[in-house]
Amino acid sequence: MKFDRHGRRKIFSHSMTVLSGLAVVVILVPLVAVIYEAVVQGGAAFSVTFFTQRPANPCVAHPGIACPLGGVYTPIEGTLELIGLASLVAVPIGIGAAVFTVEYGRNRAIARVISTTADVLSGVPSILAGIFAFTLFLQFDKAIVNSTLDGSLALAVLMIPIVTRTCEEALRTVPESVREAALALGISRWKISVRIVLAAALPGVVTGVLLSVARAAGEAAPLLFTVGNGCLHPLQGINQQGCALPLWIYWGATSATTNWTTLAWGAALLLILMVLAISVTSRLVLNRWVRRTQGG
Amino acid sequence: MAALESTKMSVDHLSAYYGEVRAVENINLQIAERQATAIIGPSGCGKSTLIRCLNRLHETLPGARVEGKVLLDGENLYDLDATLVRRRVGMVFQKPNPFATMSIYGNVSAPLRFNSRLPGEEMDRIVLHSLKRAALWDEVKDRIDAPATSLSGGQQQRLCIARSLAADPEVLLMDEPCSALDPIATAKIEELIAQLKTDYTVVIVTHNMQQAARVADYTAFMYLGKLVEFSPTEDLFERPKEHLTEAYITGRFG
Repeated sequence: MKFDRHGRRKIFSHSMTVLSGLAVVVILVPLVAVIYEAVVQGGAAFSVTFFTQRPANPCVAHPGIACPLGGVYTPIEGTLELIGLASLVAVPIGIGAAVFTVEYGRNRAIARVISTTADVLSGVPSILAGIFAFTLFLQFDKAIVNSTLDGSLALAVLMIPIVTRTCEEALRTVPESVREAALALGISRWKISVRIVLAAALPGVVTGVLLSVARAAGEAAPLLFTVGNGCLHPLQGINQQGCALPLWIYWGATSATTNWTTLAWGAALLLILMVLAISVTSRLVLNRWVRRTQGG
Repeated sequence: MAALESTKMSVDHLSAYYGEVRAVENINLQIAERQATAIIGPSGCGKSTLIRCLNRLHETLPGARVEGKVLLDGENLYDLDATLVRRRVGMVFQKPNPFATMSIYGNVSAPLRFNSRLPGEEMDRIVLHSLKRAALWDEVKDRIDAPATSLSGGQQQRLCIARSLAADPEVLLMDEPCSALDPIATAKIEELIAQLKTDYTVVIVTHNMQQAARVADYTAFMYLGKLVEFSPTEDLFERPKEHLTEAYITGRFG
């Protein structure tokens, strides 16, 4: 009886270990497969011209006809414009909302409303952000629906809650004693919030901004009907049709033409590397900061 | 103690609340100019709350409120702008709280940088003077740009004193400034208080009755939010008028 129970427990323990090991494999397989495929297929597209040229016209290779490949210069340019503009909107609003909730709104209902709103907003499907930006611009100026401007608004809607929540967390890590010390010196509330507390929390804030950028850089859905299709021509301006790497992946992957498909794989690899670089950078910033503030 | 001293601050029927809880009950107290006044009493008697009413810091806590008046040179603090009051009434806290992200120089110059626009040399001069006044200059003159957190606890506390002095206050409040320090660092701060009161009015909250006896000209004894006795320090410790004071200073409770 005693031996039996011991034996059963051992079998149970072993099988659970195997099962959780399997779960790890199930998680890792798609990740490794995606990255492997992107590296193999996309790596073939990487060259100097991949970064400097616009995508070539769609072309199916036949015996005797070579298809020019071109590059993803326009999607890169478009993504940088979109992210830049979106950050211009999202970063001040996100940080402002966080400073308000943490520094001014303590225990006030409005602060909780803002935090909860940010939480809900960060769970909203990203395509709805696109619909929001699309309909909003439709109301004002139909000419700039399908533009870089419209697309960046959609991305900003996605970035704001991320910036707000991470920035709130960063501000909350600044000890109350810092605020009291500053108050007791007769420093105004506004300067305490911005030049002392926010400055002390800056690495955390930078991390939040980078995370939101990484998220927005990878989004295709909110751009589908807001940014238009300006990938084949030089970008004209922010009120004209734009382009983005994830959009280009979508079009390239769904097109039947081989040169576009190759470019899409290249764009996919580039996007993975970009997002990875941003995540690693933000992690490094945060780690260095944590070590400095807790090690001193 | 001579009766020639003028009153710098006057606490007038002051009560302080945390929500519904009344932590300080109807206190009247005269604080003499350029003298050290100690507030003693057991934990939770309201002495820290009282001192935090003297620079309007108490009201910054959620749910906290104050009734009554505190006169500074005859003007009620609670009719003035709180930020400006805090520039005239500085405070040193129980736990040294230098700005961790700033250098030694950055800490002492903080009130100048954030509250005024002074030319660089003028700022340097005030920082130097404040550090000397806080008896810290000799220990930090070679590493003025080092992080404030690289200093020892006692040095950090003197840095906080220097930072308060740089704001050019008239009154310096000290909320148990030595309770986180070792005896040597404590002795240095006590020595400093003796020097500071030639220029500043000092109010010190302390747990330590010997400390009150050593540094203070006047001592107030508080119990359960009320002021029990307020006298020249010698009288309070040697000839207490109240039975409760005598019981406390002889260690029968608290």
